[in-house]
Amino acid sequence: MFDINPGLSIWTTVVFVLLVLVLGKFAWKPLLKSLQDREQKIRDSLDQAERARAEAAELLKQNERNMAKAEEEYQKIVREARALGEKMREEIVAKAHQQAQHELQAAKEEIQRDIEAAKQQLREEVADLAVKAAGKILDETLDPARHRRIIEKAVDQLKHN
Amino acid sequence: MIDSLTPPDSLQTFLADTSAVAAQHGEEFDFNHLLEHLYDSRTLEFPGGHWDIPAFPPVQIGGLSIDLSITKHVFFLLLAAVLLTVGAVTASRKIRKNPVPTGFANLVEVFVVFIRDEIVLTTMGPAGLKYTPFILTTFLYILIMNLLGLVPFGASATGNISVTAGLALVAFIMIQVAAIRAQGLSHYLAHFTGGVAWWLWPIMIPIEILGIFTKAFALCMRLFANMSGGHIVILALLGFIFLAKSIYFAPIPVVFVVAINLLEVLVAFIQAYVFAMLTALFMGLGIPQGEGEHGH
Repeated sequence: MFDINPGLSIWTTVVFVLLVLVLGKFAWKPLLKSLQDREQKIRDSLDQAERARAEAAELLKQNERNMAKAEEEYQKIVREARALGEKMREEIVAKAHQQAQHELQAAKEEIQRDIEAAKQQLREEVADLAVKAAGKILDETLDPARHRRIIEKAVDQLKHN
Repeated sequence: MIDSLTPPDSLQTFLADTSAVAAQHGEEFDFNHLLEHLYDSRTLEFPGGHWDIPAFPPVQIGGLSIDLSITKHVFFLLLAAVLLTVGAVTASRKIRKNPVPTGFANLVEVFVVFIRDEIVLTTMGPAGLKYTPFILTTFLYILIMNLLGLVPFGASATGNISVTAGLALVAFIMIQVAAIRAQGLSHYLAHFTGGVAWWLWPIMIPIEILGIFTKAFALCMRLFANMSGGHIVILALLGFIFLAKSIYFAPIPVVFVVAINLLEVLVAFIQAYVFAMLTALFMGLGIPQGEGEHGH
């Protein structure tokens, strides 16, 4: 059982060495290469996925930032518009008020003027009528021109009162 | 001890033995007849008969005459080589074509990845990756030879010390080659002095030289003893049947034989793993690991 048969050992050695060489070249090297390629591919894919995830997270953050900025801007615009509207309203009201005052003033003045004119006219008419009436009553004793002066003086006194 | 190269006509096959034992009913049972099953022979058994392989005349090399004829164990180590070549090349081609492994290619890939990651990388480090094909071949070749011994009419060539000696010789050469390639020849030779004072060298150098041969010798003996041991136990258990001379006793040893046979399947894997693992480990001892770590 413990005898060494050199022929068998030589067979074993030769077959084993040939097997190592042949399998190394035709089986294991390509196989290990394929395995390595696949592992590299998986590693790359994982890296890529990780990168894509980070990118997506970055985009999301950026989006959120943009949204916040947009919201802020919108708020600002609304605020400004409101302020502007308020201001314009006040201006319009003030202007309208002024206009109204102005027109009221104008109307008052016109009325005053009319009143003055009417008073003047009334005064003249009253003088005329008085002259005419006095003339008729006193006949023609008085010179109309003299008469008129007297009356005008009286009217002036009246005006001053 | 029976000479493994006795001429075919004087050798009995295991089946012939058992029938001979049965024919010699009443005579003393001879366990050696059963043990012959483990020995190399020029007879191949197959269902329904046996075939005597013709012998070559011995080759004369110098004063040595070496018999290179095909024996039973040569046949089985060649068969294992053919099976391994076909299997490995098929799997390699399949994996190259289809990056997603399926079926048989997947099975081979499991072994390949295990050997590469668990044996080569852990014992030799990244520098040893170029030896992965060698360790892979060692593991799978020994495994197939071991398993062929469990197939009916098969024989495990690894249960023959001449075969394990051949395997250990290649492993021994690879261990030295790995060390020389990693350290350079001068550093490799300096290693034999063990780094002690020069006047201790006459003691140190023989010890170191003995050491490198011991490793390979242990590989050879371990595989041989483990692979023949299980078979001897099975044969011993079967021998009880003949000692008891009763068919009613037979089921008891048969139960044990089945159990031992299942254990043998485990042993076939473990011993292939141990041989490959230790070869890688011894190679790794000669490869400096990384920078600044221990140098030999």
